[in-house]
Amino acid sequence: MGFGPFLLLALLEGTVAAAVLALTAVGLSLVFGVMRVVNVAHGEFFMLGAVVAWFVAAAVPGHAAMGFMLALVVAPLVVAGVAALADWLVLKRLNYDPEATIVATIGLLYILQQSALTFFGPTPRPVEAPFTWRIQTPWFGYSGYKLFVVLAAIAILLAVWAFMTRTRAGLVMRATQVDRQTARAFGINVDRVYAGTFALGAGLAAVAAVLVVPVSQAHYLMGGDPLLLSFIVVIIGGLGSLRGTLVAALVIGLGDGVISMFFSPTLAKIIATLLVALVLVFRPQGLFGAKA
Amino acid sequence: MTTNDLTGQGPSRRMVLTGMGAGLLASAAMPAVVWAQGAPIKLGFQLHRTGIGAAYGHWYERTAQAALKVVNDAGGIAGRPVEIIFEDDGTDPARGAEVVDKLVNQHGVDMVFGPLFSHVVMGSAPRAGELKVPYLVCSEGYHVASGALNRWTLQPGITDVRSQIASMAPWVAANLGKKVTMVYPDYAFGYDHRDFFTAAIAAQGGEVIAQIAIPPTETTFTRYLPQIPAETEVLYHVMVGPAVLTFVKELGEFYGTGPKPQLFGFIDSLEAVDFATPGLEFLEGTHFWEAHNRVKQADAGEFETAYRAAVGVDDNGASVSDAADVATYSHMFSVWETLFVIKAGIEASGYAGPADRQKFVEALEAMTDMPLSAEHPQGAKRFNGKTHQVFGVQNISQVQGGKLMRVHQTTIEDGLYDDAVDYTTMAF
Repeated sequence: MGFGPFLLLALLEGTVAAAVLALTAVGLSLVFGVMRVVNVAHGEFFMLGAVVAWFVAAAVPGHAAMGFMLALVVAPLVVAGVAALADWLVLKRLNYDPEATIVATIGLLYILQQSALTFFGPTPRPVEAPFTWRIQTPWFGYSGYKLFVVLAAIAILLAVWAFMTRTRAGLVMRATQVDRQTARAFGINVDRVYAGTFALGAGLAAVAAVLVVPVSQAHYLMGGDPLLLSFIVVIIGGLGSLRGTLVAALVIGLGDGVISMFFSPTLAKIIATLLVALVLVFRPQGLFGAKA
Repeated sequence: MTTNDLTGQGPSRRMVLTGMGAGLLASAAMPAVVWAQGAPIKLGFQLHRTGIGAAYGHWYERTAQAALKVVNDAGGIAGRPVEIIFEDDGTDPARGAEVVDKLVNQHGVDMVFGPLFSHVVMGSAPRAGELKVPYLVCSEGYHVASGALNRWTLQPGITDVRSQIASMAPWVAANLGKKVTMVYPDYAFGYDHRDFFTAAIAAQGGEVIAQIAIPPTETTFTRYLPQIPAETEVLYHVMVGPAVLTFVKELGEFYGTGPKPQLFGFIDSLEAVDFATPGLEFLEGTHFWEAHNRVKQADAGEFETAYRAAVGVDDNGASVSDAADVATYSHMFSVWETLFVIKAGIEASGYAGPADRQKFVEALEAMTDMPLSAEHPQGAKRFNGKTHQVFGVQNISQVQGGKLMRVHQTTIEDGLYDDAVDYTTMAF
């Protein structure tokens, strides 16, 4: 394969990775930005989204697209519900204390993972893609669905951006992010904002998982990688900065695609981790984060 | 019973009652006596119930239960009932060693069998050696016959990778092509493939032109595929773990409708995966190694039929109760056969309890030919007591109309190689 097609394939793969990563990491970043909670269970919400998608797709007869579209709506709602419940049952009782919530979300991670193992089982299960259209270049074939994943991710990210900047709910969330006490003094129900934010963050991870599950598969251990990569992205971009998260997701996703194809996937991970270390040393607030 | 003296008639009511009472007592006491004479033989099963080997574990457990039922229905082993205690190792080497410990020291099992994944076997076998407990693996790895393990570890139920490859390489070179690119998992099991196939194809005048190792935890594969050289005639693929379906699907997408090399895969790349899954259509006409044909072949005999019924697998290789639950058919027979080897070993050695464990291993080492039978439904086998490894026939199947149909079967002799170790000279 010549250099041109090789690079094209690397960029395609990188873009898909970046799109999914951006969705997942924005969820993590929102939760940290607004609530100051480092959600270690974020990857498990991702996994839960894929698992619920499998249940929905398996329950819907007929064309695969029907089940998939329904899963795209139902799975994020279910996962958001679970997250809101976890917020009310656990995080709120801890008064959102940063250290305590880290430990609590680690516990949540194991509860979700083992529940999935118990009720879903240890076998990876595929969800059928809504369509099987494939692009055939002269050098290689490529899944058309993967390009759909990119477009869907962009659409959802735009919707999140519009929600945060154009709606009253978004304004309330941003106000709470800036100053929790003052927001409360102005009559904002901070508890409800927190529950909503936690649900939204988890829901975004679930959407990413539903998009990915036709190309990977639902498996109870699938939450590890997205969690790690999301943390890398969020740290590089700046905790709580949505713009930074997006830029970092693009850099990490594309970089990963290109480096792992031209050199090796291990080298790509080494470089990403090194980047995190450098950012932590020279710009601890992240590329776009505000100084603490 | 005596007659009533006064009336000269039958036994009195009191005597009958006494007799009944005595009988009741005796019958209540009886099972305890029987139990003491035939205490169950306890076998520990190191099971990949969770972790990356879960798809195999699910079927290994089912096969073990089916074989256990057959053994117990026929009177157990040496007249004693048999129990199997399953313990999950999470497909993790560290936990594997703990499981061996737990089975032996806590459950008091007579011996341990059942693990598949080679890294778990490598991690657990030393502990079995320390505990001096027979450890019968069902794992295909060359680690047993290579001499890397110990006198207590044996593989009597499934042929190792080295032998499988040696027996099939001539067919691959003669029928598919001589310039081969290999894709394999980046750990011990994959290295067995890499080393032995590279040597075997060279012996046939062929050549491995690229070796692509993929970490077993990888979830996306497209990025590795451009490394396959364009002049490749045969792509040899073997993948394991939860992402095997993704691997094969992405391979199909990558080649698309364009020209592609001949594909020769180890069925491991698609164990427990339905060939009718959308995206796998491109496999039509490609070849796979199978130890045991997933699809019931036209020449299947009575043993195959009986085995298939016992483990609850239909003619297509899926569970009779759920057509989506596809069996790991090419590997799970090893559990069945290993249990019957244990039976033969215990009966031949006169094994009575843990003190006789050494006698049991020596009895296994003395075994040689195992004919095709209800106990060995995959085919005839030959056990090499020196290397602790069994050798059997292998199948090459082609996907025809979405089903794997056998096109070639090797002989036991095709897969024999020189001994690398003599475990019988090692100390217990």
